[in-house]
Amino acid sequence: MADHLATNVVHFSRVLRDAGLRVGTDRIELCLQALQLGGIASRRDFKATLAACLLDRQEHRALFEQAFHIFWRDPDLMGRVMAMLLPRAQAKPGTPPPPENRRLADALFPQAAKLPQPPAEEQARIELDATLTWSQRELLRQRDFETMTVAEWAQAKRLLAQLQTLFPRRPTRRWAPAAQGRVAWRASLRASARGPGLALRRERPRLRVAPLLILADISGSMSRYSRMLLHLAHGLANPQQQRHAPRVASFVFGTRLTPITRLLRQRDPDLAVAAVSRRVADWSGGTRISACLHEFNQHWARRVLPADATVLLITDGLEQGADDDPRCEALAREAARLRLRCRQLIWLNPLLRYEGFEPKAAGIRALLPQVSQHLPAHNLASLEQLAAMLRTP
Amino acid sequence: MAALPSSIDDCAAGLLAHDYVAERELACAVFLALRLQRPLFLEGEPGTGKTEIAKTLAALLDRPLIRLQCYEGLDMASAAYEWNYARQMLEIQAAKEGQRLSSDELFTRRFLIPRALLQALEMPGPPVLLIDELDRADEPFEAFLLELLSDFQLTIPELGTVSAAAPPIVVITSNRTREIHDAVKRRCLYHWVGFPDAARELAILQRRVPGAGEALARQIVGFIQGLRGIDLYKLPGIAETIEWSRALLELNALVLDPETVHMTLGVLLKYQDDIAKVQGSEAARLLEQVRVATHG
Repeated sequence: MADHLATNVVHFSRVLRDAGLRVGTDRIELCLQALQLGGIASRRDFKATLAACLLDRQEHRALFEQAFHIFWRDPDLMGRVMAMLLPRAQAKPGTPPPPENRRLADALFPQAAKLPQPPAEEQARIELDATLTWSQRELLRQRDFETMTVAEWAQAKRLLAQLQTLFPRRPTRRWAPAAQGRVAWRASLRASARGPGLALRRERPRLRVAPLLILADISGSMSRYSRMLLHLAHGLANPQQQRHAPRVASFVFGTRLTPITRLLRQRDPDLAVAAVSRRVADWSGGTRISACLHEFNQHWARRVLPADATVLLITDGLEQGADDDPRCEALAREAARLRLRCRQLIWLNPLLRYEGFEPKAAGIRALLPQVSQHLPAHNLASLEQLAAMLRTP
Repeated sequence: MAALPSSIDDCAAGLLAHDYVAERELACAVFLALRLQRPLFLEGEPGTGKTEIAKTLAALLDRPLIRLQCYEGLDMASAAYEWNYARQMLEIQAAKEGQRLSSDELFTRRFLIPRALLQALEMPGPPVLLIDELDRADEPFEAFLLELLSDFQLTIPELGTVSAAAPPIVVITSNRTREIHDAVKRRCLYHWVGFPDAARELAILQRRVPGAGEALARQIVGFIQGLRGIDLYKLPGIAETIEWSRALLELNALVLDPETVHMTLGVLLKYQDDIAKVQGSEAARLLEQVRVATHG
């Protein structure tokens, strides 16, 4: 193989790696091996070969396509990369560049970022653009989610330990040694072979906490509780005791649905919550519960929601619209679908703090028949009550 | 046992000869997997022909197909090998009357029951090993596969390591109900099997359901491609297209009409919500679209 092709493939792989794909040296080596078998004849085969060797998930496909297009074809490479670095305000209307583009541009030409600064006029435009996409109002609202006090955090952790009762353990299809149960032939045999006589060992299905899915509302009406609920989600995802910890997937929604499972893996709760608030663009915006539930059911449920999971839906259920509003009808439908896909659907509702709460809002009445439990969740104390209530059968 | 394909073209033609109409990218991935002796990892929507690839490869290369269907709780005993405990017990009892039986003798080949994975390694002519719907198995099982996938060997603590004389052709499929660990994917060549475009779907249909006339096949494909544009909970795959065509043939349909579509929608759509959404005006709209496209 021509040396310069190999060099280029290595360069291309490095570009992909810098853009966030996990391309190890072994994959590059595999790719070079693959290219020796053919596949250089046509552009399509060449791309297919690179894709089969360097990709490992469909989500990266778009990024790969863009990188391939830029790296292997475009004669005006530099111009294109420069175009990508210009502010969005200059792009043709109706054709916003995909979000990966910038990341890719950085990966392709890290030094491009250090190129001569654009004139002052350009900078002004960039700032204008930023205010449009990330409003001051939203920035201010983020301050709600500052750090937790030590005392608060200690209390939350205690509480979380108690909340474990929410999530009963279920038998799995794996087996563990036990005093009673079915005969474990493998263990019995080993014991028998060791000494005289027949020693019977027994085993039982291993228990596991049912997986947990958290869907938390972060819309304007929930803003007072959002921080605490995020800490709750973080605590559930990072339990002190690893032994009976459930597998947790978390999402937040306002006008859009945002997966935050990975962000919450950060052990430090404040860093994790800060990462979430950076990621989420619609803090304290409006609510579109039914649309977000629809998106979850459609695109995520099959991937992150096992059939034996417990779903914690944290929302005040205040969907806009009257009784006969199609949105409330849609909300009932989506909640019903969610209910069918999990073992139990628990609704944590901060509005329940009011004595004599009555489900008057149309959204609440649409949601109510679909959930297995409807529980208060407006502060740590109410969650403590909740835990206490769950402890006593 | 047939020889491996010598080029991507050869591979595509071979698959086609066994009625698998593969897109170029898939043919390329299959070719590379065969030549580089790497497992092929196929992800995609249900019913797009991932499992079919393994079956087709077995037929094409004239090798036996060993299929491991994954499920939650799948463990080594049911995937790779198990000791024949009942027989071991009997031998222990028998030995107690005569001389003592040491545990070395107890764990020998004659007490070993090979399951799919071990069978695949030990077969003299390397078979096609299909590890189907790996996303259904739980994560610990993936870790167990790592040794098998990179070195085509399996370690049995009591016996030692069993290596394949010639590596089997491994096809792994996933419907992506969860993410498979990167360590598994790293050892494989990856391909996403998506829904086919109209031309390829028509070609597939004509090969798999030759009884359907040209006009009907075009209408079916047009209707299904239209359906995939609607926001449905579960979009119909190629498997559904083929099933539907067969159903229409059974009903002696020559063209698509609203009544036939109404009666057979359950073959295509598997959720009541989806059926309710499509039935009636939506189906009529799609039919009209198809009629315009096929006549105009």
